[in-house]
Amino acid sequence: MFRNVAELIELAESKKCKISEIMIEQEMEVTGRTRDEVTSFMDRNLTVMEEAVLRGITEDVKSHSGLTGGDGKLLQDYIKRGKSLSGDLMMDAVSKAMATNEVNAAMGTICATPTAGSAGVVPGTLFALKEKLKPTREEMIQYLFTAGAFGFVVANNASISGAAGGCQAEVGSATGMAAAAIVELAGGTPSQAAEAMAIALKNMLGLVCDPVAGLVEVPCVKRNAMGASNAIVAADMALAGIVSRIPCDEVIDAMYKIGLSMPSALRETAQGGLAATPTGRELEAKIFGIPLNEK
Amino acid sequence: MKYKSVFDIIGPVMIGPSSSHTAGAARIGRVARHLFGRKPDFARISFYGSFAKTYRGHGTDVAIVGGILDYDTFDTRIVDALTIAKQEGIAITMTEEDAITDHPNTARVIIGDSEAQIELVGISIGGGKIEITELNGFDLRLSGNHPALLIVHNDKYGAIAGVANILAKHEINIGHMEVSRKEKGKEALMVIEIDQNVDGVIIDELNSLPIVQQVVKIHD
Repeated sequence: MFRNVAELIELAESKKCKISEIMIEQEMEVTGRTRDEVTSFMDRNLTVMEEAVLRGITEDVKSHSGLTGGDGKLLQDYIKRGKSLSGDLMMDAVSKAMATNEVNAAMGTICATPTAGSAGVVPGTLFALKEKLKPTREEMIQYLFTAGAFGFVVANNASISGAAGGCQAEVGSATGMAAAAIVELAGGTPSQAAEAMAIALKNMLGLVCDPVAGLVEVPCVKRNAMGASNAIVAADMALAGIVSRIPCDEVIDAMYKIGLSMPSALRETAQGGLAATPTGRELEAKIFGIPLNEK
Repeated sequence: MKYKSVFDIIGPVMIGPSSSHTAGAARIGRVARHLFGRKPDFARISFYGSFAKTYRGHGTDVAIVGGILDYDTFDTRIVDALTIAKQEGIAITMTEEDAITDHPNTARVIIGDSEAQIELVGISIGGGKIEITELNGFDLRLSGNHPALLIVHNDKYGAIAGVANILAKHEINIGHMEVSRKEKGKEALMVIEIDQNVDGVIIDELNSLPIVQQVVKIHD
């Protein structure tokens, strides 16, 4: 069983296989399930992601609070006008990441990757890359196993909980996971995948969890958007041969320690950051009738 | 290692909006339901930390009640769980606690009816994964990911051997095991996570041990 990214990469390189394969084999070993059972289960999760993306970019999704919904669709219309500055692939990933989180905020069905609040990044990037790289269904499933392998290391060595480690632990982890999976899907090496994860996560360090009114909406949906774009840029950098000066495992450790020193007001309590801005408080008051801090 | 499966990371499939505050809460409620073994008449739920501050926004209230109604994380009935519980005659009370707990996402659940009740403390550690940290006053660590046996027994020699012998005879493998007690020589609790579900015959056999007071099984 791999315990950190260094061991994961070493396993994949010594066996001359993809990271996804290491994750699949470990899952079979740990759960006693067959390869077919493990990959079918992931196939089911992939279907859930696909349906959430589709729903978010085609239907008029609106959350109960009315704070979020419809932005993923808005971006799809923008892409069709052919004038996007950062490129269609990038905007498509951002749109599909937002779409997923908008469905989530509306209490729709999603697959947590690694959490619900950060569920947009991994599928958003995957379904945008699907248009460009034309992966097989099997390769799309592998994408999720690779993302899962990196998330597994983060979850066990740091945290994937906003209440424990801030948004860096949620959207930060998701962004790193997606960056690594993109590298593998694009034909990069296992060590390039680790570099992409390190580069992506480094740029999410310190991100606080400060949801307005405690809802997984503002700023969560847009943080997923930026996570998706960050992941693609980090993957491109790693594929170009750029390496992180700080090894991936040390970045993960830094994220963990930053989380430990983060005050509780910035860890999913709706007491600080954007939640405590005048507008944040106003929205909160409107949604619940009375502000939470005056209860 | 707290997370053992890739599906703890890519998963669960769930109703939004929060894996820790919605899916995790549903799972805590559902473990309580399984431990109690039947539909309760009442549920008293206390939220601590981030749960207390944000449960309304995250749907933690509907999710934990959904779990008590035996709904899984992806069951769309969760959205209407409070109404359904009311229709089914379950009296629900919720309290926001100020006390600081070890984990920011902590819930205490007491469910029961006129005959019995159970009390547990669950924490939601991220990505929908939970641990049960306290049951009826006993400290424990139960992931809820595997079938498990909870055995209340006398704190006396031979209890562990007696239980282990029966499981061995039926070729049941133990994945994780913990024993705790409130006081030396009094009531003790054995928590055994196993690889497969066990049938009634094994439960009866365990119950027939003189040292054993009560056996509860939790299915996968």
